Amino acid sequence: MTAPRLADIEVGSELPEREHAPDNIQLFFYNAALWNAHRIHFDAPYATEVEGYPGLVIAGPLMGDWLGQCVQEWIGDDGHLTKLSYSNRQAAYIGETLRAGGTVTAVDPTSGRVEIALHVRNAEGENITPGTAVVMFDSSTKGH
Amino acid sequence: MTELLTPELKACIGREAPPRTEVVTRRDIRKYAISTGTRIRKHLDGDEAPPLYHVALFWDVVELDQLTPDGVSVDTLLPKLPLDRAMAGGLEITYHRPIVPGDVLVARRTLTDLYEKAGRSGPLIFYEITLDVRTEDGSPVLEEVTTRILR
Repeated sequence: MTAPRLADIEVGSELPEREHAPDNIQLFFYNAALWNAHRIHFDAPYATEVEGYPGLVIAGPLMGDWLGQCVQEWIGDDGHLTKLSYSNRQAAYIGETLRAGGTVTAVDPTSGRVEIALHVRNAEGENITPGTAVVMFDSSTKGH
Repeated sequence: MTELLTPELKACIGREAPPRTEVVTRRDIRKYAISTGTRIRKHLDGDEAPPLYHVALFWDVVELDQLTPDGVSVDTLLPKLPLDRAMAGGLEITYHRPIVPGDVLVARRTLTDLYEKAGRSGPLIFYEITLDVRTEDGSPVLEEVTTRILR
């Protein structure tokens, strides 16, 4: 993909959105990579009958990772991530299709510092994992 | 408002978990990156760790008999608190440099804050845990501040 150049970035610029529809194999791999045995992520009868969830719960930090992916795909090799924050406000379940994306909220052309508001939206359009990022574009890629 | 947090509990602020040292391998980075569904080649190949990789690297490796019946490990850094229903929490990470295979990283977890507030439907307890990750010679790699809310 074409990496964005700082001169083309303005407040309101949107980062490309990407859909995520993890299945239970991906969720299993993710929690195995962490060593997370919480049953709500792999034991469907437990998640629904004991905890009362509508399905297997997608791990919160996995959705945080999608925000990191969104920013890093967008900056490519033109800059680097210096800050990332997010909050898991609402749960999501296997079977859902979620969209991770972001919008530029501040640009400092002198330093190359760009601030971004991030989202993971569900089918209803609710931002279930709002976040923010700060990226620094390298001086060699400033302007044209 | 009744004080839920006794002076004994407030005194736990500043409590530190024993430092943990982990070796970063390409194989671990690859397994983590693949599981997140990333399309970024340097992460899939394990040349560089994705920005949330430290979550996996420093997740507690507990033994089977240390898990509760729901499969959760108890965070020993936290004292027993008078509220235990976890609500939304958030985290903020500051990056100093990327993590790459061969890194030997030391993580220190500290309970950096513990306080209560009146919520609309009752008292809430907030706590903050800071994870400081450095190389063995002490140069900073990242800092993560997690805030959790209990009701």
